[in-house]
Amino acid sequence: MSAPLHSLAPWKARPAPELVPTGVAEVDALSGGLPRGALTEVLGPASSGRTSLVLAILAEAARRQETCALVDAGDAFDPASAAAAGVDLSKLLWVRCAGKAEHALRAADLLVQGGGFGCVVLDLGDVPPRLARRIPLTCWFRLRRAIENTPTVLVLVGQTSCAPSCASLILELKKGRATWSGTPGCSRLLRGALFEVSRRKPVASASAAFQVRAVG
Amino acid sequence: MFACIHAPAVSSSGQALLVECARAFSPRLERVTAGTVVLDANGLTRLFGAPAELAGAIARRAAQMGLPASVAVAANPEAAVHAARGWKGVTVIPPGREAEFLSRLPAEVLAPSPETAETLARWGIRTCRDLAALPEAGLVERLGVEGAGLHKLARGAGRRPLVPEQPARAFEEALELEDPLTLLEPLAFLIARLLNGLCMRLASCGLAAQELHLRLTLEDRSEHVRLLRLPVPMRDGGALLKLLRLDLEAHPPQAPIVGVSLSARPGEPRFLQEGLFLPPAPEPAKLELTLARIAGLVGEGNVGWPEREDTHRPDAFRLSRTGIPACLISSQPLPLTLRRFRPPLRAEVEAPAGRPARLQAREVRGRVVGLAGPWRTSGDWWTYEAWDRDEWDVALSDEALYRVYLDRRGGGWYLEGSYD
Repeated sequence: MSAPLHSLAPWKARPAPELVPTGVAEVDALSGGLPRGALTEVLGPASSGRTSLVLAILAEAARRQETCALVDAGDAFDPASAAAAGVDLSKLLWVRCAGKAEHALRAADLLVQGGGFGCVVLDLGDVPPRLARRIPLTCWFRLRRAIENTPTVLVLVGQTSCAPSCASLILELKKGRATWSGTPGCSRLLRGALFEVSRRKPVASASAAFQVRAVG
Repeated sequence: MFACIHAPAVSSSGQALLVECARAFSPRLERVTAGTVVLDANGLTRLFGAPAELAGAIARRAAQMGLPASVAVAANPEAAVHAARGWKGVTVIPPGREAEFLSRLPAEVLAPSPETAETLARWGIRTCRDLAALPEAGLVERLGVEGAGLHKLARGAGRRPLVPEQPARAFEEALELEDPLTLLEPLAFLIARLLNGLCMRLASCGLAAQELHLRLTLEDRSEHVRLLRLPVPMRDGGALLKLLRLDLEAHPPQAPIVGVSLSARPGEPRFLQEGLFLPPAPEPAKLELTLARIAGLVGEGNVGWPEREDTHRPDAFRLSRTGIPACLISSQPLPLTLRRFRPPLRAEVEAPAGRPARLQAREVRGRVVGLAGPWRTSGDWWTYEAWDRDEWDVALSDEALYRVYLDRRGGGWYLEGSYD
């Protein structure tokens, strides 16, 4: 105990995490990619492009031949949209939690502890913010500790930030502008939407925008 | 040395008796045809004496079992089979004299194909001696590979190895209890004991469990049966015990337990060579355990790999517990994504002239500022699950985009999801 600090082993900085692309060039340019072995938060209200971004992340993971898991607290996942986005459904484990956030947290914990997934998405997008904020901070620390030193990308989807101190990357999305075609009242079509995204952590950045297009 | 038991025209139960009769002398036996069994008689002379005595013992055993069988002993399986087919009673062919013994038999005992049999008859070949006397090269030239084989058999020079029948192995362990069990913990202790034995037996055969059948005999004389299907064959006793425990926690027996029986359907274990540069994937056994735990939490039908169903019905999918082979992913533009309300939310919609103008459903409410539609879809009209609806894409005053539909069969508006 009496040894001076400078005689102890030299302090080693933690190596920078490996970053993987999200599948959306604008978001990759903004954030550099999603860190492996860390928690990423994707925040935004309804119709802000959260789900589109998450499906792009899952599709990109599928291109890397990784197995992914989606813990769906609100049972909101649409397999048809996911397939259209390029998600390989045969490599996506879907856990439906029928609106029970505590089940979703427990399931995510089991999946992360089990290991082997390239990406685990915990979708709390339909959980009201007042309930999401009641989730103890220890849950998020436990999840972060479990994925440290693993190649797993853990993505948390919510309306507001639940674990700002645990997340390595926070992306915030805003409601988009819809694009229509045709004349109102006659053969009008929803062509797509433009969503705005900004980085809140590690440092706040300027925002970028990405476009989604209606298919089929 | 090989012995053949030939009992023509026996029933299916007679065939089973024939195999039992052969098994009484040697575990290495081959079922050649329905009424013919060849067994490996090497070393049996130490037990039964000379080959003639061995053949006599086999014939007596067959007679005791009510089988009208002929028995032959020879140096190779084929000569034994042909001799047993050709002669009634007991035949012993001394080693090296196969050609001499077989020469008197008709050529039909060699079982040539109908075309070859007809050709041989036209050539005037009646016996094995006639066939063996033909020049081999000429026979091959005229009858091909079959001719060469028949020539060799006629000379008693067949040297094919015996293909022994593998007996079906039953992997089953059972335990009768003196006192009924009511708690899961002591039951798990007993199951662990049975599993250990089962896994050791499977490992000794180089096999793993593909399915586990747990049969609990209850105090009220009923049975509680659980079937555990494993996606990959496993023989890790600890993991299997955890899976059985989770299953029993989800489906407990309804009465105290007085007997436990555990059986396994064996399968070939799967070996996987991991690569340094392969993408991460969960270990199958570990994943199965995780899925069982999650299924206990969220329900059996709420965890799995989604598969789209081959229908136009909205939100048609099924969840499978075993992943399907990976398909090729093509690069596509980022599409507009629907985030579903499952089940759809009942909505109050003001729709003057049939077009939504204001919407309210749970916490979603607002004035419609943009809309597209209606898109009419319907299907399954021949079933009780028919659907018929008009879909609209709407933008509300809070800038959120939703899909709403009017149910034309049941009436009423529903909010299906938000574009997110």
